[in-house]
Amino acid sequence: MSLAERILAGDVRAAARLMRFIDDGLDCATPELKALYPHTGKAFILGITGPPGAGKSTLTDKIIAAYRQRGKRVAVVAIDPTSPFSGGAILGDRIRMNRHATDEGVFIRSLGTRGHLGGLSRSTVDVVNVFDAMGWDLVIVETVGVGQDEVEIVRNAHTSLVVMVPGLGDDIQAIKAGILEIGDVFVVNKADRPDADRAVRDLATMIEMNHPDEGEWWPSVMRTVAQKGEGIEELVEKIEEHRRFLAESGQLKHFEENKSALRFEELLRDQLFRQVRKRISDSGNLARTIEAIARREQDPYSAVEEIVALHFQK
Amino acid sequence: MSERKLRLLVAKPGLDGHDRGAKIVARAFRDAGFEVIYTGLRQTPEQIVTTALQEDVDAVSLSILSGAHNTLFPKVIDLLKEKGAAEVPVFGGGIIPEDDIPGLKAAGAKEIFTPGTSTEDIITWVRANIKPLA
Ligand SMILES: Nc1nc2c(ncn2[C@@H]2O[C@H](COP(=O)(O)OP(=O)(O)O)[C@@H](O)[C@H]2O)c(=O)[nH]1
Repeated sequence: MSLAERILAGDVRAAARLMRFIDDGLDCATPELKALYPHTGKAFILGITGPPGAGKSTLTDKIIAAYRQRGKRVAVVAIDPTSPFSGGAILGDRIRMNRHATDEGVFIRSLGTRGHLGGLSRSTVDVVNVFDAMGWDLVIVETVGVGQDEVEIVRNAHTSLVVMVPGLGDDIQAIKAGILEIGDVFVVNKADRPDADRAVRDLATMIEMNHPDEGEWWPSVMRTVAQKGEGIEELVEKIEEHRRFLAESGQLKHFEENKSALRFEELLRDQLFRQVRKRISDSGNLARTIEAIARREQDPYSAVEEIVALHFQK
Repeated sequence: MSERKLRLLVAKPGLDGHDRGAKIVARAFRDAGFEVIYTGLRQTPEQIVTTALQEDVDAVSLSILSGAHNTLFPKVIDLLKEKGAAEVPVFGGGIIPEDDIPGLKAAGAKEIFTPGTSTEDIITWVRANIKPLA
């Protein structure tokens, strides 16, 4: 049986192995992903992002529990940074989710950010697709920070939570441009701390300034004390509200089209680049061209035009 | 672009409350360029094995200070077998008397490191003996 067939039959090891191939960028993952794709599109994908230490893992643990209670099977992709020095990583998000470790209705997979060519977001999308095809109801993608990669990752989620903590103050200002665009629901976690009210107010003000259009989703600011499980039910209710909104407003269709377009273009770009590059590097043309550009004998604009023209002529 | 990277589970089973040793090993592995899944204190063998399977690790490293190594090593190894993952190597260390090592190896432990072993020696051993699973 192929990995894809085993995955569709619910085989955890097969899924884990394919995720490994995806993460390692092995070509042998592609035929399996092709076979799985028709089975995707059923899972609800929840993105969770925010600064380190905000309580994302703790919150994820509580959200898992809440959905388990609702009878849903929950998969998690937990992303932690790879050390830029060694290329290694300590992936420790599971520590806060250990109580689910032997629940067969929960599957947690840790990923390092690595130095992915083609972007972390791509292997994450593929890993999410494996879970989706396998029939998991909810796939949570938890990722640190609000960098470009994270923005891409949460853009691929149906609902995105941005987790903040009281007292960030200026940090919120610094990243607000990015976060306001991606957050469907904002969470002020550690609401047991002083200054929680202020953080909620600040966020609400920024959302108002961003002013969603008529008929658009208006992001809410929720408070939680993840450690004690406070505010979780309300948060999950809000997540479900956004999910219903997507379906009822017709935005879900729009979302899927957008996501498909992004994905298609990304793969197209990647394949074309790889093919053209391989051909010119095999022929020695790449080295010659680069030298000529460095010596100012040729400009890079014409060089690229020539190579593209050459590649596409019959 | 293909880039195979070793993935190791560093697990701390048993009831004692110290994970300093396990953390030192985890950091040394990270600095050696490995991906380490770290799950914290007091893991049951069942939790360790489920994690190893979901994370598709190339080996499980157990750190045991509680004296229960003679039951915990075989338990983890047997559970892996039971789940059809006998090929996942289990090695480890902690406070383990020399006399217990032959028994643990007979039970299937791939290597046991005694308390004096440097992290460099452990990494050298891992590089030589653990490969990404096909
Ligand atoms: N005071 C307080 N601490 C919390 C709360 N939620 C999480 N923490 C603690 O914050 C720290 C970081 O949590 P973690 O979930 O690892 O954050 P992450 O890095 O965003 O995943 C841990 O020590 C948690 O116990 C909360 O609501 N209140």
